[in-house]
Amino acid sequence: MAIRTDYLEVRGLTVSFDGFKAVDAVDLTVYQSDLRFLIGPNGAGKTTIIDALTGLVGATGSAKFGATELIGRKSHQIARLGVGRSFQTASVFTELSVLQNLDIAAGAKRSPLALLGVRRGIPDIVSKALETISLTAEVNKPAGVLSHGQKQWLEIGMLLVQDSQVLLLDEPVAGMSADEREQTGQLLKQVGADRTVIIVEHDMEFMRRFADSVTVLHGGKVLSEGSVAQVQADPRVQEVYLGRANATPDLAEAMEPADNPADESAPSPRAKV
Amino acid sequence: MIGYLKGPGRVWVGLALGAVVLFVLAPSVLSDFRLMLLGKYLCFAMVAVGIGLAWGRGGMLVLGQGVFFGLGAYLMAMHLKLSDAGPGKAPDFMLLYGSGVVPFWWEPFRSPVVTLVAILLLPAAIATVLGLAIFRRRVKGAYFAILSQALAAAFAILLIGQQTTTGGTNGLNGFRGFLGYNLFDPVNKQLIFSIAAAVLLAMLLLTWHLYRSRYGELLVAVRDQEERVRFLGYNPANIKLVAYAIAAAMAGVAGALFVPIAGIISPADVGVVPSIAFIIGVAIGGRNTLLGPVLGTILVAYAQTTLSEQFPGFWTYFQGALLILVIAFLPGGLASLWTVVKRGRRPGPPSAAPMAAAAADPALASEQKVSI
Repeated sequence: MAIRTDYLEVRGLTVSFDGFKAVDAVDLTVYQSDLRFLIGPNGAGKTTIIDALTGLVGATGSAKFGATELIGRKSHQIARLGVGRSFQTASVFTELSVLQNLDIAAGAKRSPLALLGVRRGIPDIVSKALETISLTAEVNKPAGVLSHGQKQWLEIGMLLVQDSQVLLLDEPVAGMSADEREQTGQLLKQVGADRTVIIVEHDMEFMRRFADSVTVLHGGKVLSEGSVAQVQADPRVQEVYLGRANATPDLAEAMEPADNPADESAPSPRAKV
Repeated sequence: MIGYLKGPGRVWVGLALGAVVLFVLAPSVLSDFRLMLLGKYLCFAMVAVGIGLAWGRGGMLVLGQGVFFGLGAYLMAMHLKLSDAGPGKAPDFMLLYGSGVVPFWWEPFRSPVVTLVAILLLPAAIATVLGLAIFRRRVKGAYFAILSQALAAAFAILLIGQQTTTGGTNGLNGFRGFLGYNLFDPVNKQLIFSIAAAVLLAMLLLTWHLYRSRYGELLVAVRDQEERVRFLGYNPANIKLVAYAIAAAMAGVAGALFVPIAGIISPADVGVVPSIAFIIGVAIGGRNTLLGPVLGTILVAYAQTTLSEQFPGFWTYFQGALLILVIAFLPGGLASLWTVVKRGRRPGPPSAAPMAAAAADPALASEQKVSI
């Protein structure tokens, strides 16, 4: 695969809902092979940034991938430009087989005539993705019978065959077992090697284990950015997560998943801003 | 559905069986009167095939297929009235109720070729324009159903209001010939019946292919997770539009064949009530399957004829009760009966009867799992 050197450059991204700024002049620069985690308390604007980048909510400012401006385009156009996203609750096509799910994801650029044809065999790009996400044995199973973790991997596989260069993942490990988290992390390392990846996550342990860099959001603004160690040492981050600046300085402890009520309700979609 | 996908042989056997019944058995055992009744049912079944595609696979509850059925039917009826009247002359009812001058928009349909092309293209074209407006605005679910039903009501009211050019409440009737053939001749009646049977089988073949194609898979994906499909780079509006237009074209052709078979088309055949009746047949047969809508529609139409002959006035209640029963206890329609019996009525995993599960609740099928 040809190495793409394009990167995602977000400048002054702002999303307002009736005057309330859910995302307020956010700047982000994410290079490929840099697993970027977006963290922050509920309502910090993490998912809204992904929504804005994929055309789900209107936004002002600029978001460029390579030379292409994403803001102002329709969702399906943005997807065709190589920006793929996953959703917090795995949203695969449960009645279709794993193969059908991946084949649909791989086919957005098919001509109408090709769409009217019947698929013969398994397309190369699909069998490659099946291997990457370890679902080769499940190829003909309906996606609805897969385990929660497998569904999330299928989502990632769909982004791969979609030929996404930018992957925007919304809590990919929510509700997963420890083993599944580890496997997912390795998978993301692997696919992130030649792609630009942004992961919204509440699971701090997972973040510490796999993040190359972290952006902390608070109240729609970027609070801190840097390596895991850097943001953990940032007193402003500690204040947001602890409520007071001079409380226990051990952020790692404060950021334990158990302290985050969000994790307990992970499988059900939360109200997000 | 998966069974159908896995066993193309089953479909070929089914279609061959259908061909034998329709081309050999039916003409030899049924009286002309009964054969024409069956012919009418076949026309309804064509509408049902389209509804199966748009509703069963596409999740669009098309409550107004009477509009497209009526368009095809009135186009054909206009041509038959004009050709009965003879070159340059006006149809009888225009002389009775109006000035006896043929309106300009009737004139093109003196030509059988223009009529045929219009029947094939006009309903699909109108569906395309409507669909663009509706689907681009992301109107779906109950709103789409209500909109399509309102359209059927408006269409019937429009027809009734135009007594001098559409025959009003009486509609158009008293056709004598069809493309130069006498419509009272039993041989010609059998010929028309055979045409209807052949068209229905052709539509089934086409639909079967669509279900197996990548487009068919994509349509199911749009039905179940429209937003997800959008983020894969497709515009769901276009995908739905194709199914909606094909369903409209099928309804139009059905209407056109209905006219020489039934001998009449009136607003009562195209309004809200017949539009709902189409849906009932499809729901009872099983909207997710290929043959379910056809068999369900024929069954319901046959029951209607028989029961309304015996108990006039009682049929509507029976029809309503049947629909409620099927939706409550057999959401996959009669086609899912076998699966339900085999499972011993145990509520299995969702995948055991995937299509049935989605059929249980149209709202569920189109539910958005995306937090916005």
